[in-house]
Amino acid sequence: MTELAGWGRYPRHPSETLSPPSPKALSSLMASRTGLVARGNGRAYGDAAIGERVTLMARGLDRIRAFDQATGRIQVEAGVLLSDLLDVVIPKGFFPPVVPGTKFVTIGGMIASDVHGKNHHRDGGFGDHVESLTLALPDGGVVTCSRDEHPELLSATIGGMGLTGTILDATFRLRPIETGWMRQTTTVARNLDGAIRALQETSRATYSVAWIDCLARGASLGRSLIFAAEHATQRDIDALRPGAETYSSSKLGRLGVPLDLPSFTLNRLSVSASNELYFRAGAVKSGYPFLVHWNPYFFPLDGIGSWNRIYGRRGFLQHQCVIPTAQAQAILGSILERVSKHGNASFLAVLKQLGASHGDLSFPLEGFTLTLDLPVSDDVFPLLDELDRLVVEAGGRLYLAKDARQSPATFEAGYPGLSRFRDLRRAIGATGRISSRLSVRLGI
Amino acid sequence: MQPSKTLLLVGGTSDIGRATALHYAQAGWHVQLAARNEEEASRNADDIRARTGAEVTVHRLDILETDDFGSFANSLPTLPDTVVCVVGELGDQAKGQADSAHASLVLRTNFEGPALLLGLLAERFLARGSGTIVGVSSVAGDRGRGSNYLYGAAKAGFTAFLSGLRNRLAPKGLRVVTVKPGFVRTQMTAGMKLPPVLTAEPSEVGRAIFTAAEKSGRDVIYVRPIWRPVMMVIGSIPERFFKRLRL
Repeated sequence: MTELAGWGRYPRHPSETLSPPSPKALSSLMASRTGLVARGNGRAYGDAAIGERVTLMARGLDRIRAFDQATGRIQVEAGVLLSDLLDVVIPKGFFPPVVPGTKFVTIGGMIASDVHGKNHHRDGGFGDHVESLTLALPDGGVVTCSRDEHPELLSATIGGMGLTGTILDATFRLRPIETGWMRQTTTVARNLDGAIRALQETSRATYSVAWIDCLARGASLGRSLIFAAEHATQRDIDALRPGAETYSSSKLGRLGVPLDLPSFTLNRLSVSASNELYFRAGAVKSGYPFLVHWNPYFFPLDGIGSWNRIYGRRGFLQHQCVIPTAQAQAILGSILERVSKHGNASFLAVLKQLGASHGDLSFPLEGFTLTLDLPVSDDVFPLLDELDRLVVEAGGRLYLAKDARQSPATFEAGYPGLSRFRDLRRAIGATGRISSRLSVRLGI
Repeated sequence: MQPSKTLLLVGGTSDIGRATALHYAQAGWHVQLAARNEEEASRNADDIRARTGAEVTVHRLDILETDDFGSFANSLPTLPDTVVCVVGELGDQAKGQADSAHASLVLRTNFEGPALLLGLLAERFLARGSGTIVGVSSVAGDRGRGSNYLYGAAKAGFTAFLSGLRNRLAPKGLRVVTVKPGFVRTQMTAGMKLPPVLTAEPSEVGRAIFTAAEKSGRDVIYVRPIWRPVMMVIGSIPERFFKRLRL
């Protein structure tokens, strides 16, 4: 028995852990054990990747099986880390179609959580780019799922939190890039209304995200920096940073991250934000684009290492909701007000625009998603319950990959595809055999 | 550009084998992966190909089926420039004490098989006039210990074999390299408590093998240099004390 927790270090549960070295070994464990779920790199925040009894550690499935450099089509096993993939494909002029806010996730985890990036408004979630995947079913059988074969199983597995079977490998297309740099433009929004408008205006940009300063109140509530970016062309490099290496390594990119952050007792991101304001002030004022390495643009916190530990032994909760567009401004305003009143809350929040929904348990829907970090404390739970009520009333929902504490009622209200998902689980014999602490808690 | 050289990696499904083959492929070598389990070896071959663009082939070989070694060598698309044998089987010492079949498996896998295969390839390298032979032995072969002397004895034999082969081939300009990795974080050691300073990652072993075989010209290497003084101390303890230690 091992005690397992997610990235938020809350909750912790004992589980037997097994580390199959190959897809074959993994699928035979599926047949012989029950009460299990797969775990990638443990970056889900709550209890999604902790098996009810057994947790299948999938990192041994770390082979890239095929990479066609003419088309950008790549087939990888589910335990391959995104960081590993980036190091292989960027020097060849490719980039994944969608990346989340950390590169220390596995491809299997990215599909199971249907991760979204700063380009969801344009390109959808990672799952939308999966051409096919190999799935180990609860009885140990192995099937290929694609648009043509078992499309319903493919669709449910995308965002399905590992509860339809265990992903063994996946095939998807990378996007071509000319350089490893990003051409970023930073703008300031004075309040939430401005931030939402700015995100809508920058929705033509491939990538956009807003960092909200949670310390701002009153008329400045929702004051933000909006970071919009494109993959830079060689011409951008010549104009903005002549002589820069076309594809500089990820190690070089790490230099851009302030390394002294963990010594601050303040929330990590407030410091980043003020640094960002300080260092980028010139660019912000002028609104001119500047070049930034892909690593700090997409993964600003990865350079800090175990930043999850600065919240102390009790851990922390990440609350990520999505609110449909029509309601977004009013509801997100109420949420930010409540959070800023609460003493011990996020100093900084992330706001993004999301596009169309994928279905079933996939998180995104057309609207705006707000992410807050809160240290675990006795009074944080009632606050989050209150926020959940606002989310449910607005027809929104919470991201399962971040969740550690929502109620079954909140969950059911947010995910109308749930009953279809449960039916599918019954039909393939997953009910009771594949179960995580999350699926038990929420009655999936 | 020079035509690519070819590596034969024997033990192509092991973690050290995978890391070593990847290192050679990254340096522009063709790779032949030999392993008993072709399906598992293909996973590694695909991976190395996808990451490096190198030409990688898979060849079935059971290190215990020594009669097949000749036809195995004949079946290779080309006689390799370097052969690296990473085959190893820790076995179960206690089981081997009671069960001679298991003891034989450990002895044959770690000594007889690798020695006969490398010996056969050495003759072909000699006939051609070039070639480098790398055997992954073990610090366990430096002195027999109560907890793993079957494995240790086989590795000691292998170390002696490599030493003798080197002695014979050196005048002809052929190289033989003995590699003693120390502890390595692999499937073979999964679940063991290993001291971090003494424990190498498979990629470190791969790099060390490549450097010793293709660059530095060293004959015997400990992957982590700290192992040399550690084994010197262990080796210098008088037997009358050593026999009383629980090791």
